[in-house]
Amino acid sequence: MHLGLLLSGPLGWLAVAYLGSLVVLFISAFWQLDEFSGEIVKEPTFDNFRLLWENDVYRTIAFRTIGIAGLVTVTDAILAFPIAFYMARVASPRVRGLLVVGVLMPLWASYLVKVYAWRVILSEDGILNWALGPLGIHGPGFGFVATWLVFSYLWLPYMILPVYAGLERIPDSMIDASGDLGGRPGLTFRRVIFPLAFPAVVAGSIFTFSLTLGDYITPQLVSSTQFIGNVVYANVGVANNLPLAAAFATVPVFVMIVYLLGARRLGAFEAL
Amino acid sequence: MSKRTTWAALACAALFAAAGCGGSDNGGGGTDGGGTKASVGFKVPNVPMQKTLGAGEGKLNIIAWAGYAEDGSTDPKVDWVTPFEKQTGCQVNVKIGNTSDEMVTLMRTGQYDGVSASGDATLRLIAGGDVAPVNTNLVPNYADVFPELKNQAFNSVNGQMYGIPHGRGANLLMWRSDKVPGNLDSWSAVFDQGSQYKGRLTAYDNPIYIADAALYLKATKPELKITNPYELDDKQFQASVDLLKQQRQNIGEYWSDYTKEQAAFTSGDSTVGTTWQVIANLLEADKVKVKTVLPKEGATGWSDTWMIASKAQHPNCMYKWMDWIISPKVNAEVAEWFGEAPSNAKACAETASKDHCKIFHADDEAYFDKVSYWTTPRTQCGDERGDVCKDYAQWVQAWTEIKG
Repeated sequence: MHLGLLLSGPLGWLAVAYLGSLVVLFISAFWQLDEFSGEIVKEPTFDNFRLLWENDVYRTIAFRTIGIAGLVTVTDAILAFPIAFYMARVASPRVRGLLVVGVLMPLWASYLVKVYAWRVILSEDGILNWALGPLGIHGPGFGFVATWLVFSYLWLPYMILPVYAGLERIPDSMIDASGDLGGRPGLTFRRVIFPLAFPAVVAGSIFTFSLTLGDYITPQLVSSTQFIGNVVYANVGVANNLPLAAAFATVPVFVMIVYLLGARRLGAFEAL
Repeated sequence: MSKRTTWAALACAALFAAAGCGGSDNGGGGTDGGGTKASVGFKVPNVPMQKTLGAGEGKLNIIAWAGYAEDGSTDPKVDWVTPFEKQTGCQVNVKIGNTSDEMVTLMRTGQYDGVSASGDATLRLIAGGDVAPVNTNLVPNYADVFPELKNQAFNSVNGQMYGIPHGRGANLLMWRSDKVPGNLDSWSAVFDQGSQYKGRLTAYDNPIYIADAALYLKATKPELKITNPYELDDKQFQASVDLLKQQRQNIGEYWSDYTKEQAAFTSGDSTVGTTWQVIANLLEADKVKVKTVLPKEGATGWSDTWMIASKAQHPNCMYKWMDWIISPKVNAEVAEWFGEAPSNAKACAETASKDHCKIFHADDEAYFDKVSYWTTPRTQCGDERGDVCKDYAQWVQAWTEIKG
């Protein structure tokens, strides 16, 4: 009874502010825009979804967005695993503390500052071209590659922390048991450590994947490549076409539902 | 355990959003009510015009382009808002609008008394009933405005002014003179010859930029018979879009706010592209070697208008502001600060730099004849072709396709 009262506030907030706004988003995706005055006409129609489906460019953009979200997730997983492994299983408590601070430190700096820093790094006379110049290589400049680099940098801590927590939870006794039964370090890693830590990697991937899926500021600053977020932003800010923006915004929502269902099967929710 | 419940709840939230709602509201279709179907092709809402001017209401909320309403906070020497407040008792709140589209959205909130709208916003505001006709008799300084700016298609309907002209300028071609050899004089630099500057080319990131391509085609492809770059039928529109898709291959990055272009030209990431005079001035102040030109094909440009909201809560203060902002001295200050041609003919005598009006061609109609002011594209072509032109919504969609 008391618990119910205590929870009704936060749960009510969750229902109204989070679910309610999603419902409104979904409903307005079926509205449309008066062609000239730009007023919203509240008559249900499938026109927005038809446009998104029939027009190549929106499909390309949707796949590109999912593609970069996957790419960033894989990149971060590959980068994060060794770091997290070292932190959890190798480093002394003192070094571990330092590393945790080191991983968390970039989160203290503003998102925009970090992206602009990358702009400076990647620009024509930036430090990257200066460093690569003697080798005869030219940096990637602004574009898809730049977006991939910056996203991977930005979301790396969100991957490291869950993986670190997952690796730390593995009991020493299991690794000892594997060794006692004749498992060499490589085999122990493949058959014991990795399967036990995998749900944690999937848990981390929820963050890296969903954060990349929804971002529009980084692509705007380090490229002219369009992702779902940019099209939504353009339709809200430039065209004032909220219904079309709402329709396109349902795409990442569906992608995330599928992703979360998959993640649950892989045991990611237990690893959080 | 608690974490697990959180995640389950989140997943359900997502599921609920997807499945738990199918119905939708059935509101009224569009806004009805009086209004006359004008020859301009859209229904002009009946919005009453103010007849007399009363005392100020003590407050004023306006939307302006950056640099149009300076109160000394950017540069203590640049301040024409404070004297206005002292003289009229109207406390001014300024909201900066970054694009025409943002300004339209802000005006629709009904919280503002007025806006400095460009020609690609004005008609949308008039058709939406967001702004009221302006009684020019209540604005004494209106008499001195250049006649070429009065009763234009983008600031009036059927001979009724809907705003007070503020200033105008052209979108120019700019290049880094230390990195690009020779003098450019044609938009071909960013279109047909664009591959020379592959990866170093820039363009304005807005659907209205399609008009720049149309303007170039008007000069180079006479068989398309383009007369007005904002009135494009299917074939003309397609040709412009194709040209921009071709240009896309050579674009390094697009720019939408002026600081991004300034940074890109300073670092050399962009060396050729479209610009505003004010950006070139800022770059020159930073010792970046840039040159600008109004290319031989002409250019797109803007002519801005101060408009009063139909639901203005402080209409008298807004009228006082409209008169103040085009008074010769203030109009000269704004024009110099922003880098554009003033609208008041008498402002040319008040500028600090005596050549300002000459540099910005304030009274040079031959110059502005080459400039096609931003206008909202509509279905009505405005000539005998009828209702076969592409409207702004289609421009927006095409722009998404161009960027790919």
